[in-house]
Amino acid sequence: MSRSTPLREVHEALGATLTDFAGWLMPLRYGSESVEHNAVRTAAGLFDLSHMGEIFVTGPQAGEALDYALVGWLSALDVGRARYTMIVNGDGRVLDDLIVYRLAPEEFLVVANASNYSMVARELTARAEPYDARVDDRSGSYALVAVQGPKSTEILRTLTDADLEGLKYYAGLPATVAGFEALIARTGYTGEDGFELFVRNEDAAPLWNALTEAGEGLGLIPAGLSARDTLRLEAGMPLYGNELTADLTPFDAGLGRVVRLDKPGDFVGRAALTERAALADQEAGPDGTARRLVGLVARGRRVPRHGYPVTRDGVVVGEVTSGAPSQSLGKPIAMAYVSPSAVEAGGLAVDIRGSHEPVDVVDLPFYRRSK
Amino acid sequence: MSSIPEDLSYTKEHEWVAGLDDGRTVTVGVTAYAAEQLGDVVYVQVPEVGAAVTAGDAVGEVESTKSVSDIFAPVTGEIVEVNAAVVDDPSLVNSDPYGEGWLFRVQIGEEPEDLLTSGEYTSLTSAEA
Repeated sequence: MSRSTPLREVHEALGATLTDFAGWLMPLRYGSESVEHNAVRTAAGLFDLSHMGEIFVTGPQAGEALDYALVGWLSALDVGRARYTMIVNGDGRVLDDLIVYRLAPEEFLVVANASNYSMVARELTARAEPYDARVDDRSGSYALVAVQGPKSTEILRTLTDADLEGLKYYAGLPATVAGFEALIARTGYTGEDGFELFVRNEDAAPLWNALTEAGEGLGLIPAGLSARDTLRLEAGMPLYGNELTADLTPFDAGLGRVVRLDKPGDFVGRAALTERAALADQEAGPDGTARRLVGLVARGRRVPRHGYPVTRDGVVVGEVTSGAPSQSLGKPIAMAYVSPSAVEAGGLAVDIRGSHEPVDVVDLPFYRRSK
Repeated sequence: MSSIPEDLSYTKEHEWVAGLDDGRTVTVGVTAYAAEQLGDVVYVQVPEVGAAVTAGDAVGEVESTKSVSDIFAPVTGEIVEVNAAVVDDPSLVNSDPYGEGWLFRVQIGEEPEDLLTSGEYTSLTSAEA
């Protein structure tokens, strides 16, 4: 049985198509996913992300414990700031990608993916054991509501006295929103400006309704996971399970920059990642198979999808990790791992159910918002 | 709940067939239920005019943001017309599945079998929902 978020009844009342995602019953779309996608690009979208995990790490050595447990340098993070980071195993392979917020000198919030947070909490608990730090998985008590899009600040401003203009990208601050205690974070997964609001479960529905009201006349509409996926794909953001897996190191995904080999002390995966870092980024690949994460734009109208082979002269040279029709480009787009030599040579195609459809390699992201 | 017109025949693959009573040529499309399940349709591939098709054959595809589905020939015969408008604008499948979103016309070669009445199709979609 799928678990429900505190907003399930709200979604049902809105006529959402619900789908199972990582064991959660989540809104896939409320109406047209293209309309929802475009609303986020041009006005604003309201998302329920309560399936994400919230793990608190507290105590005098919370920062040191996270430095050991994760690839990032979290003890160096300023209070009020956030960092994109990863948890890897001893071989340096990615177990999950995370956002860590430093809420206070001795308090961190680790946000993990729905499919992984129980494992992440277990790993953090085990890894923090030698430190004076406490790991507390509060995913069951917290809801996460996101407002994303160029109108986000205007909408949220009517509900809070918090200094939204002063809140930087990848920063968070505790505040009252519509009368509810919340952590306001300027983070997102859409490629647009926006906010993620962490609140207690019981406050999620009234907060959602307050945001809906505040967004009336400004183009705010609820947006489901389908739009979220096409938005993040256009923004070139990786999805765990697609671009990131337990077979790959952060370097293989072109994200070696998150691995802070320059931080003091040992950390889980350091030896393996030090060795991997000595090789050119993405040129060595897992098990010696060179591959590079690239963006693809299809010339035709058929859509390359997760798992489809990338080919050159009929020979398989890679695999699509994510693909979708792009509203912003008007063409199908995809991310794929492809052999570097084939990328250089060009003339790539994607085997779409037996027919080799030509694609062009482009720089990521596919879409970048205008400032 | 999506509409299921009473005067059409249906298949288990969520296609509708119109014009069975009038003679030898039928029109085929996907149902409103199928269109809702698919989400926004972004690509439609229809068979070529003149193609001989056998009931149950995959003869085209309908692709949406999240998924792709085969289109099956509901009857055996020859493709005599395809809807160029829906190829140009696949969103017609969502906006008018029983009208402008029709896919192709088949001249029937053999007596159709296994088509569902609107009542039978309603039961099928209720069971799936």
